[in-house]
Amino acid sequence: MIPAAFEYYRPASMEGVIALLEEHGDEARVIAGGHSLIPMMKLRMAEVAHLIDLQDIASLSGITIDSDGIRLGAMTTQHDIIGSAALTAAAPIIKEAALQIADPQVRYMGTVGGNVANGDPGNDMPGLMQCLDAQFHLLGPDGERVVAARDFYEAAYMTDREDEEVLVEITFAAPTGGYAYEKQKRKIGDYATAAAAVQMSKVDGKVATASIAMTNLSDTPIWSEETAEALIGTTCDDAAIKSAIAAMLGDIDPTEDNRGPIAFKCHAAGIVLGRAIKRAWSRA
Amino acid sequence: MKDEITREDRVANLKGMGCSRKRVEDARFTQGQGNYVDDVKLPGMLHADFVRSPYAHARIKSINIDAAMALPGVKAVLTAQDLEPLGLHWMPTLAGDKQMVLADGKVLFQGQEVAFVVAADRYIAADAVELVEVEYEELEVVVDPFKALESDVVLREDLDLSVPGAHGPRKHANHIFTWEMGDQEATEQVLDSAEVVATEEMYYHRTHPCPLETCGSVASMDKVNGKLTLWGTFQAPHVVRTVASLLSGIEEHNIRVIAPDIGGGFGNKVGVYPGYICSIVASIVTGAPVKWIEDRMENLMSTAFARDYWMKGKISATKEGKITGLHCHVTADHGAFDACADPSKFPAGFMNICTGSYDIPVAYLGVDGVYTNKAPGGVSYRCSFRVTEAVYFIERMIEVLAIELDMDPAELRSINFIKKEQFPYQAPLGWEYDSGDYQPAWDKALKAVDYKGLRAEQAERVEAFKRGETRKIMGIGLSFFTEIVGAGPVKNCDILGMGMFDSCEIRIHPTGSAVARLGTISQGQGHATTFAQILATEIGLSADSITIEEGDTDTAPYGLGTYGSRSTPVAGAATAMAGRKIRAKAQMIAAYLLEVHDDDVEFDVDRFVVKGAPERFKTMKDIAYAAYNQAIPGLEPGLEAVSYYDPPNMTYPFGAYVCVMDIDVDTGVPEIRRFYALDDCGTRINPMVIEGQVHGGLTEALAVALGQEIAYDDLGNVKTGTLMDFFLPTAWEVPNYETDYTVTPSPHHPIGAKGVGESPHVGGVPCFSNAVQDAFRPFGNRHTNMPHDHWRIWQTANDLGLHD
Ligand SMILES: Cc1cc2nc3c(=O)[nH]c(=O)nc-3n(C[C@H](O)[C@H](O)[C@H](O)COP(=O)(O)OP(=O)(O)OC[C@H]3O[C@@H](n4cnc5c(N)ncnc54)[C@H](O)[C@@H]3O)c2cc1C
Repeated sequence: MIPAAFEYYRPASMEGVIALLEEHGDEARVIAGGHSLIPMMKLRMAEVAHLIDLQDIASLSGITIDSDGIRLGAMTTQHDIIGSAALTAAAPIIKEAALQIADPQVRYMGTVGGNVANGDPGNDMPGLMQCLDAQFHLLGPDGERVVAARDFYEAAYMTDREDEEVLVEITFAAPTGGYAYEKQKRKIGDYATAAAAVQMSKVDGKVATASIAMTNLSDTPIWSEETAEALIGTTCDDAAIKSAIAAMLGDIDPTEDNRGPIAFKCHAAGIVLGRAIKRAWSRA
Repeated sequence: MKDEITREDRVANLKGMGCSRKRVEDARFTQGQGNYVDDVKLPGMLHADFVRSPYAHARIKSINIDAAMALPGVKAVLTAQDLEPLGLHWMPTLAGDKQMVLADGKVLFQGQEVAFVVAADRYIAADAVELVEVEYEELEVVVDPFKALESDVVLREDLDLSVPGAHGPRKHANHIFTWEMGDQEATEQVLDSAEVVATEEMYYHRTHPCPLETCGSVASMDKVNGKLTLWGTFQAPHVVRTVASLLSGIEEHNIRVIAPDIGGGFGNKVGVYPGYICSIVASIVTGAPVKWIEDRMENLMSTAFARDYWMKGKISATKEGKITGLHCHVTADHGAFDACADPSKFPAGFMNICTGSYDIPVAYLGVDGVYTNKAPGGVSYRCSFRVTEAVYFIERMIEVLAIELDMDPAELRSINFIKKEQFPYQAPLGWEYDSGDYQPAWDKALKAVDYKGLRAEQAERVEAFKRGETRKIMGIGLSFFTEIVGAGPVKNCDILGMGMFDSCEIRIHPTGSAVARLGTISQGQGHATTFAQILATEIGLSADSITIEEGDTDTAPYGLGTYGSRSTPVAGAATAMAGRKIRAKAQMIAAYLLEVHDDDVEFDVDRFVVKGAPERFKTMKDIAYAAYNQAIPGLEPGLEAVSYYDPPNMTYPFGAYVCVMDIDVDTGVPEIRRFYALDDCGTRINPMVIEGQVHGGLTEALAVALGQEIAYDDLGNVKTGTLMDFFLPTAWEVPNYETDYTVTPSPHHPIGAKGVGESPHVGGVPCFSNAVQDAFRPFGNRHTNMPHDHWRIWQTANDLGLHD
């Protein structure tokens, strides 16, 4: 578990970062908290000849909440997110999810940008951001473009981001209604066996809106429109939840690993989703 | 002389046996001042890394080191070819087999050591590893021990089937030994004619001790003086010195082995690994010190595993539940080489303690060892040799028999306990239990948890579950265990011919402080704290004035090391005996100083007093000074003693554990509501240290029972190579343990102590497992294999129809 040799850069501006990315192409990578990238480098699963550290770029950090919505700088750590009372008031699901990521040591270092840019199906924040319909702002040599979280993920470790682009911020509208992030894991510091992010609102005792995303049950997060539709207009009774689960099972595609066989994962996914819906509904 | 302080104060000042003295090691460890092998840094030191096999079974067609050697900073690349002229390409194992140091013609498990790269720094070494070109020809892989015994694929081509192995004839090319104990015929007769028989098959999965510090060594060959110094993660440094001398031909006085601070061993650091040998050879070849430190993946993949026992049991009883006989057969998967770390005459360790805490008139045990394409090992992971397997086996058989009899498992245990008056108890498979008083301990445990109340609650829960009111079921895990520790009598226990005695050497300094050196080595057990307490009580100097040293073979007396909970039973006894020699001489000095006859003084806490005249005394400090400053007729100056202790018997700690668990049948997630552990380790030296040991042992038991495993796929690939998949519990997963005790001293041990470091693991594994199994008993479960991780618990629920 010794990484191969690499050059280390620590530019002070985004121009510097982009210039280095342009110069070294796919031999270069940015490093944020390093808590996904460094293990990969130590396992020599990622060979990165040029490592560009983002930590000196102040503009990448910070949480802003105003009438335009919520903005998370890419370098905002999971610890910062958990500690932000304003963010928790505006979008409480984020704290609920962040608290279920890894352990405090990892969360001091791990960033929201790294978590969503990484492309690991095990990461919790991609599904969370899909549930919130977040927008990812990517800065590249040709300026900034915005991609919806729901359109960003292509396959495991494959995203819509180009090699020369950096994720600078994540924006989304403050969610309304009830929420829940439910995750089953084997132990602290484990990725999900199954996890569900649910936001839903209630009007006249019925589900008015719903947004549901599942984590680590396919090679990308699964935002499932059918699952949400199975709930909308219902009183969120057992039958509705049952059909939501059935819809979700149609959209996921888990594989067998040490967490268990496919049948178990599907069953666990259904249980986790059912619990998340009930909790979100109770808060709606 | 006037004495101002009370006797009570004097006892307290001593910090001797029975007090919860704080661990003296902790100041160092909690401030980052520990000194581990990887902290050893020598001028000009080189760094090594292994080329390891990606295949579980393959022939090596060629190894090309040219590209690696061409990398700037690479000093040497060793292969079996380089070691062969020295006779070091293979090495003997503790189990009487031999093992490749570097792959000789073929590889037999994934992660096997193929070449040893030595470079100026650790990074260059790792880069060079990737440049060594090895051409493999894949061979058919055998990972199932039962298939291995029928397969035409011969794993060990170096062995001749017509020549018996270390433990007798071999039945098949992949068979290692058959070991039998007890009376097979008589046992079968009893089983055949019994009123009730319960049969069960169980797999105790392969796991790994996984100490926080991985294995490693630093070898430094001083060619001018002809001296080799070897620092390493050694649980038995003296044995390593002897082995190193026998293998290398360097005379033993020219080898100094140092085991510095060790970050946990749990059996993982008993054996000798290829890295140790290669670092020595590399230091000789390069003329520079060479450091080899394993990384976490290498540790999980290649250093000694534990368990991997396929056990088949038959137990018979009367209708009333009195056990009449026990039959056990084990198919033991030893991996590619038989590198079990057991006393030489015990190829299955002390598995023959598998009659447990019960008075079973007749029993039989047969064990067949088998080669497979897996890493070698078979160490005692936080237990005495194979005792965890034995206790798991009998504690599961009891539960299965209780099901067969439709009886409460707590009651079934009570009916069958060996009774107090039966000790010393001659067990049917060969051991003589020294002391025990099981029933009161059991009753205390059951009362503490309100066992009857728990059973009533469980019955209600089953009904509520059936009515659909809850999806959580409840299990009550029981275990009553007897350990066998403190190997051991030299007459039946040895390692590579070295009798398993242990030793202590004490020097009292003139001002009344002392240094004591032992043949053992602490890996976190707190020897520096507790052995000083034994001595304080024995010689009357404060524990704070006594330094305990271990691990340096140039200074410590010869000993067999620390594992199998042997330190207190053996080295602790040597410490007490050496202390008594000191006291005997001190008595003569005191009598001289007090101008009375030797028999007219008696020892009292920290002094000798004239009998009947307590105001006339000499403290041990006075006596120590006199030993160096006065010419005492008939006595040599100085105050020193040494004791080599050969225990007359093992010690047999026992305990009663109860675990209350709630299980979510839908997710398979278990929640430990309560864990109660009563331990009887005889005389208690330091209750706080005992409690810490119990917490640690239980946590490793929880790990093994609930998820920790080394798993392989059909091609022999390790599926659990990192701590993401290999379960190492943290504070988060661990419940609050309730600890309790009874005290039944060992009759043959000088201070009556029995050893406790491993008991909680031995008793804990079946307790956690039984809790899971007991939860499903009302729904028809008999037995399911560990590890009880989420999906396997879910699978049990699913198989029992609880998801329908
Ligand atoms: C023991 C352990 C347990 C964990 N458990 C969980 C868990 O349960 N759930 C979970 O979600 N995560 C978990 N993680 C991962 C952790 O949350 C990581 O910190 C996170 O995935 C990545 O964030 P980072 O800032 O560390 O990114 P890095 O590791 O620095 O980077 C990750 C990847 O993203 C890229 N990247 C980073 N920032 C940007 C950017 N701004 N623009 C473009 N690309 C970028 C990097 O180039 C790299 O490829 C765990 C990690 C560990 C070590």
